Amino acid sequence: MRLVINKIVLLLSTISALIGLGFLFWILVTLTVKGIGAIDLHIFTHDLVNNGLRNLLVGQFVLALIAVIVGVPIGMIAGIYLQEYSFGNKYAEFIRNLSDVMMSAPSIVIGTFVYAVIVNPVGHQNGWAGAIALAIMMIPIVVRTTDDMLGLVPRELREAGVAIGAPKYKVIVNIIIKAAKVGIMTGILLAFARIVGETAPLLFTSGNSQYFTLNLNEVFPSLTVAIYNLATMPDENLVKIAWAGAFILTLFVLIINLFGRYLIKDKK
Amino acid sequence: MEALFRKVSSFSATTILILLSAIFVVLFIYAKPAIKEFGFNFITDPRWDVSVTLKNKTAAQKTDNTANSAVANVGNNQAQQNMDSDAIPQDSEDIDIPQDNDDIAISQDDDLGIAQDDDLGKSNTKTVYGGLIPIVGTVLSTILAMFFAVPIAMGISVFLAEVAPSFISKPVGMAIELLAAIPSIIYGMWGLFYFGPLVAKTFGGSSVSLLVAGMVLAVMIIPFMASLTRDSMNTTPNVLKESAYAMGATKFEVIKDVIFPYAKKGIIGSIILALGRALGETMAVAFVIGGVFSFPDKLTDPTVSIPVVLANSFAESSGMSLNALFYLALILFVISFAIISFAKFYFLREKK
Repeated sequence: MRLVINKIVLLLSTISALIGLGFLFWILVTLTVKGIGAIDLHIFTHDLVNNGLRNLLVGQFVLALIAVIVGVPIGMIAGIYLQEYSFGNKYAEFIRNLSDVMMSAPSIVIGTFVYAVIVNPVGHQNGWAGAIALAIMMIPIVVRTTDDMLGLVPRELREAGVAIGAPKYKVIVNIIIKAAKVGIMTGILLAFARIVGETAPLLFTSGNSQYFTLNLNEVFPSLTVAIYNLATMPDENLVKIAWAGAFILTLFVLIINLFGRYLIKDKK
Repeated sequence: MEALFRKVSSFSATTILILLSAIFVVLFIYAKPAIKEFGFNFITDPRWDVSVTLKNKTAAQKTDNTANSAVANVGNNQAQQNMDSDAIPQDSEDIDIPQDNDDIAISQDDDLGIAQDDDLGKSNTKTVYGGLIPIVGTVLSTILAMFFAVPIAMGISVFLAEVAPSFISKPVGMAIELLAAIPSIIYGMWGLFYFGPLVAKTFGGSSVSLLVAGMVLAVMIIPFMASLTRDSMNTTPNVLKESAYAMGATKFEVIKDVIFPYAKKGIIGSIILALGRALGETMAVAFVIGGVFSFPDKLTDPTVSIPVVLANSFAESSGMSLNALFYLALILFVISFAIISFAKFYFLREKK
């Protein structure tokens, strides 16, 4: 009897794994089929206004890149504080937990926040607002990885640095960060992959523009927002473009993730 | 230099605290007119963007009952009235809701009637916003998602941690982790074009519904939940498992009596984290829930959730409707903050 129950449960577990994987496989297959069917050279050389994706791809990348430039220094320095300067006090523990909570905060709420502090005073949607919304999402992720990666640096390295008379900030910048470089870079890469696919915080911050622009003071083109708008259009041609965009986005995110994993493995 | 570096780093850490409090404070400030206007009744009021005609009769009755508080509130109400009139659509008088009397009775609690003091002669309309439908939609879709996702995610993580040989569990585990990284908008699109129609064919109803939303959400959080759960199952020391096997326990008994109790906190914590993610998810739901302000009588009816309301109507709103949206955002933020911090502080406390 016990053996029968055992068999049944293990079978159920395998079946559920198959169901779950089946769904996920189904998503990837439809995405690939629909996406590859819709991709041609036209998409990369024209803007949305001419049924292309060029301005959207560039726009999304620029938004995410600025988010990295704004978010990474703040997140990294905060992570350094948590690991190197806090000496395990209660405040640091509190900030660490708070940062984890912030990492899971609903992204759309961050969008409403940025709308309130930037879009509303300025009077119209603009690229800066979108980039800052993404940066706010990024900071806690970077804090977490920096904190974790610095924690892996052996104590002896720190002591060696201090022993030759270097001030602490020099030890941190020249020794500890160097030792944890690969890990932190990987973390930033994964964080980038995560925010580049975000839609909700961009919906009413950057908005979406049909035209090619690099001026962040205007409404800014965003791939994800465009996918959301296009996919619900009745025009089949536009839906096709949305699939192409979705496929490119997913491929990009998955490749960055694989590359990040490869970097970590390589180090080990 | 050293002191400067130290100060900067400590300040950066504090930005997290500042940002989170700023989000709360700013949402609160922008929601304040709506909070003042609707109070906590907002949470239980099913009407959204509905114009209510306040008739003279009821207004007069109201005046008697609340004459005292009215005096104190007149200034306030006038200000609110000005804001309201901006938000009232041109054809508002036609949109009277069916149970007019009931609704007026409710509105009296929100001291809406008091505003009539100044112009007793005319009938007046005002637009009412209540958050009950999106709140119910959010809670129901999350519960549905958990209902579908928890058993399957548990199955997957048991499979990965205990059943499958390592040459299967390694690539499958990595595939699951990669799938957790796919942007949620992709899940939404797939739900709209493929999964929704299939569900509609199988269970009837339309291809955008609460049921579809719950299931798409489930598919989206399964990889996340499964990989977190597998990680906490893997923390069980081998010695414990081996000693159970040595006593003659079957695999199921080891899982049930050794691994689950040992990893209980981590498993519950990861379920709650996934729940928090489902609660605040916008894009996967926005495509498939329908965006209709009505209570779902059946699972296959379309409805709406808080993030979807925000996503669909935020950009076009102004005045009181915008304040009401901020009120909804504040509610969502507080709920998910509470759930996530509960999971973090109680279940996922890191041992150091």
